Amino acid sequence: MKCECCNEVEATIHLTQVIDGEIKKLNLCQICAQNNGIDLNSPISITDVLLGLGNQNNKDVPSADDTVFDLSCSRCQMTRAEFKKRARLGCPECYNAFMGELSAITQAMHHSRQHVGKIPARQGNEARVTAQVAALQKDIETAIAKEEYETAARLRDKIKNLKADAALLKEGESHDA
Amino acid sequence: MTLDEMVKRHGSWLEAGIDEGPVISSRIRLARNVEEYSFPGWASEEENDAVWLQTQGIFQTLETPFLSWSMTDTSAIDKEILFERHLISQELAQQDDSCGVYVTPDECISIMVNEEDHIRIQSLQPGLNLRGAWEAADKMDDDLEAQLTYAFSPKLGYLTSCPSNVGTGMRASVMLHLPALVLMEEMDPVINGISKIGLAVRGMWGEGTEAAGNMFQVSNQITLGRREDEIIAHLEQIVLELIEHENNARIRLMNEKSLIVEDHVARAFGILSHAKLISSGEALNLLSTLRMGLDLGMVDQFSRRELDMMFISIQPAHLQKLEKKDLEPDQRDVTRAEMLRDFMENATDSDSKN
Repeated sequence: MKCECCNEVEATIHLTQVIDGEIKKLNLCQICAQNNGIDLNSPISITDVLLGLGNQNNKDVPSADDTVFDLSCSRCQMTRAEFKKRARLGCPECYNAFMGELSAITQAMHHSRQHVGKIPARQGNEARVTAQVAALQKDIETAIAKEEYETAARLRDKIKNLKADAALLKEGESHDA
Repeated sequence: MTLDEMVKRHGSWLEAGIDEGPVISSRIRLARNVEEYSFPGWASEEENDAVWLQTQGIFQTLETPFLSWSMTDTSAIDKEILFERHLISQELAQQDDSCGVYVTPDECISIMVNEEDHIRIQSLQPGLNLRGAWEAADKMDDDLEAQLTYAFSPKLGYLTSCPSNVGTGMRASVMLHLPALVLMEEMDPVINGISKIGLAVRGMWGEGTEAAGNMFQVSNQITLGRREDEIIAHLEQIVLELIEHENNARIRLMNEKSLIVEDHVARAFGILSHAKLISSGEALNLLSTLRMGLDLGMVDQFSRRELDMMFISIQPAHLQKLEKKDLEPDQRDVTRAEMLRDFMENATDSDSKN
């Protein structure tokens, strides 16, 4: 059997994985396996390999991403194709424009989608409360994992108070205005 | 202060620090962008100019005095000096227009403008002191933020040009000297283990550099979904484990192969004292061996600080600046050997006087 990636060399590496009940098989030669970052000594995901191969097979066909949906950032005009090529964003607004892809990327890189760190003093109260709540929620998860339920309950009350205070503050602000 | 004066001394972050044996220094880097402009790599020249001018204005108002270099007016060799001193990145050194760096006179804080992000704050501290480095970076960040509106989203935190920095925008790293782990051939499993827990290991001068002189930089990869103090605590815990591993490896090395280690150190001493030609790679490795000999009490002619400074002084740009002339690579090897012979001789002289 020839390697399914280069179609030249005899395949010596045979991968099988069950994804959503469907069996996927992939036969590769040593070189293509290495080029696709397969380390035989560590568990791998066939999906990564399939994704990588998909790109290679479609090389001559213009990808739908580039032509049909030429999504771009309304503020700096960076296109999605450009973003993918450079792996850098054009401006702060790009984070909204390419939210779909970025959400998957940040999840894969950071295993999270919510900032819990420092907040600039210039940010409004709402941003601060959102982040404080997110941070507390994380602490609750840790507490529950450690079976410290009393701590978790205390943190939950803290979130409730925070949200109530924020709502009051907001009301106050709208009255002032 | 000029670079000519600067190359003769060391940055304060090379002073003696906490856990200074295997640890050289701790570093915090914060990536920040100004809301109203595109990120430097994509922005128009006008936008980048505007950011550079705006920061110039801000630094003039700050109480702390800053040294500054605009990359447009800085010669290739001076850029190289700033890079060798860890004050700018290779990326900034390769740029010319509308970018530059601000540095405190003690070299503990440097702020790159228009590198990959509009603002990159770096805070260095000697020894294992990530918290100290964070406090200084945090304060610098507050000072700048008082005059700038940062690109920030309540969900994704500080917005950065590359999504790998989004969130805190913080990269915390510790520079470690791990000769025993390398000698015992235990470094590869350590690197593998570390990369599995969301940390990265790099060489002395950061991304893409190899670990010359057994120097390694360990840093966090994850910047989103964790607080700054959590990231720091995690890195610190792993570094403490690494120090323990290194110290254990040193004990085993001394138990099993003390004569070999002594021989290594003595040979390093000999070559550095007498060589007529020496490349920077060889010099780094020999200085590393000497540094280990110092930690193990086999040599005592120098302080760690003096040795650590030599790691930087023997670099090509420093060498040329100290010699005040341009040198071809093979001439550099002659001059480097000369400098090292002087260093070794002075150290032994001052020792015999004591």
